[in-house]
Amino acid sequence: MTRQIWTRRQMLLRGSAAFGGLILAGCDRLSLSPKFQHLLGSAEHLNYRAQRLLIGQSLAREFREADISPVFRSNGTRDPNNEVYNRLRVGGFEDWRLTVGGLVARPLELSLAELRALPARTQITRHDCVEGWSAIGKWTGAALGTVLDMAQLGADARFVVLYCFDQLERGDGGYYESIDLVDAFHPQTLLAYALNDHPLPVANGAPLRLRVERQLGYKQAKYLTRIEAVARLDGIRGGKGGYWEDRGYEWYAGI
Amino acid sequence: MPAAEVIRRHSLATRILHWINALCVFLVLMSGLQIFNAEPVLYWGQYGASPDRMLFAIGKHGFPHWATIPGWQALAAGRRWHFFFAWVLVINSTLYLLISASSGHVRRDLLPNRSEVAPSHLLRDIRNHLRLRFPTGEAARRYNVLQKLAYTGVIFVLAPVILATGVAMSPGLDSAFPWLVSLVGGRQSARTIHFTAAMLVALFIAVHLLMVVLAGPWNEIRSMITGRYAVPGGKTGT
Repeated sequence: MTRQIWTRRQMLLRGSAAFGGLILAGCDRLSLSPKFQHLLGSAEHLNYRAQRLLIGQSLAREFREADISPVFRSNGTRDPNNEVYNRLRVGGFEDWRLTVGGLVARPLELSLAELRALPARTQITRHDCVEGWSAIGKWTGAALGTVLDMAQLGADARFVVLYCFDQLERGDGGYYESIDLVDAFHPQTLLAYALNDHPLPVANGAPLRLRVERQLGYKQAKYLTRIEAVARLDGIRGGKGGYWEDRGYEWYAGI
Repeated sequence: MPAAEVIRRHSLATRILHWINALCVFLVLMSGLQIFNAEPVLYWGQYGASPDRMLFAIGKHGFPHWATIPGWQALAAGRRWHFFFAWVLVINSTLYLLISASSGHVRRDLLPNRSEVAPSHLLRDIRNHLRLRFPTGEAARRYNVLQKLAYTGVIFVLAPVILATGVAMSPGLDSAFPWLVSLVGGRQSARTIHFTAAMLVALFIAVHLLMVVLAGPWNEIRSMITGRYAVPGGKTGT
């Protein structure tokens, strides 16, 4: 009797261990299956729709001076260190221009001084990296919406693509990002040129970076050089709307 | 030994939702460890990054790969697993709560009554559990009080805490529900609480499985698949 129960118990235990192992091996196989990963990726659309519905045009929380992180951690590229960038950097970015083009009626070329002359906004906000850490910093810049209005966005424009000076890997074509028009015209979406009352440090994206406060860190493109209004993202680079998006991360990084 | 009396232990809804939940919890826990490993350090407060004071670190690289989904460093894929099955889990758990509340399962079977939470009763149950003496006969038809407290603790405390702190980590949702972040003292606190509550769920699962094995795995597992449960005979404590 005892023997029979133990045999049954052992059978169950061994069976469960084998079952668990099979599930884990199955998960690893499914992690490599593009079809299954596409299915899992459908949760991103749910997150996007749910969040757009719930948050509307709400503002990200703004903090007090006392809440600012003692050191604002930098991540990704900390120095683009290429010929074009280094030349501009040596010249104090006097010769740097932000090109605004694509589906706009009036393409623009803006210097740092011209951007600084636009109505400025300062906000102390929390930066959340996809890795899990957070840092609070004080950003000053011009609203992206102001610049897009100056360039007169075309009726067919649906996204704003931001191109950067930095490359994370050789020959990757450079970092880039994109956001929809809801975020592009959000009052806290800035082309920021200052961090904690100082000109943007190189590690944090000098001379200009994007702040799109209701999304994760990888959307906050640094080292901006060109902005383009487009109708669709699938023809650009890897087609997913950003450097990390082309490498499997969500385009909508609201969570 | 007389043939054991067989009763219908779990409703069809409970059984189906239990197994869907079991799969989801296992997947969100292990993909959660994958996400955690991208920054295997916990902080407290509004902010927290490598220059700041940490609360706790798990090793140098976090959890071993056998404990994560996928079984190698892959944050993007881990996030996809996590958010997909988090949605399934939330929908499944909502269904479970609605069905269990309306069927009386919560009131009848899950919530402990006043006499059960009396210190003397609790102490007796703890003593019996430690001696591996499980209820038999009439008492085995219901959940015992430690079981009730464990189940309600997971369903009504840990699960809501995990959902709320998960939402509080979203920069998007934070803009609409800033009070949620304030309630737990900041996004990094939310992350630490999310992690701790998830570890408590893992602990619950370990104890739950151990109890299934000790109480008679065949009968226990069968009751959660077919609903049929053989009531252990004899008097309590024998």
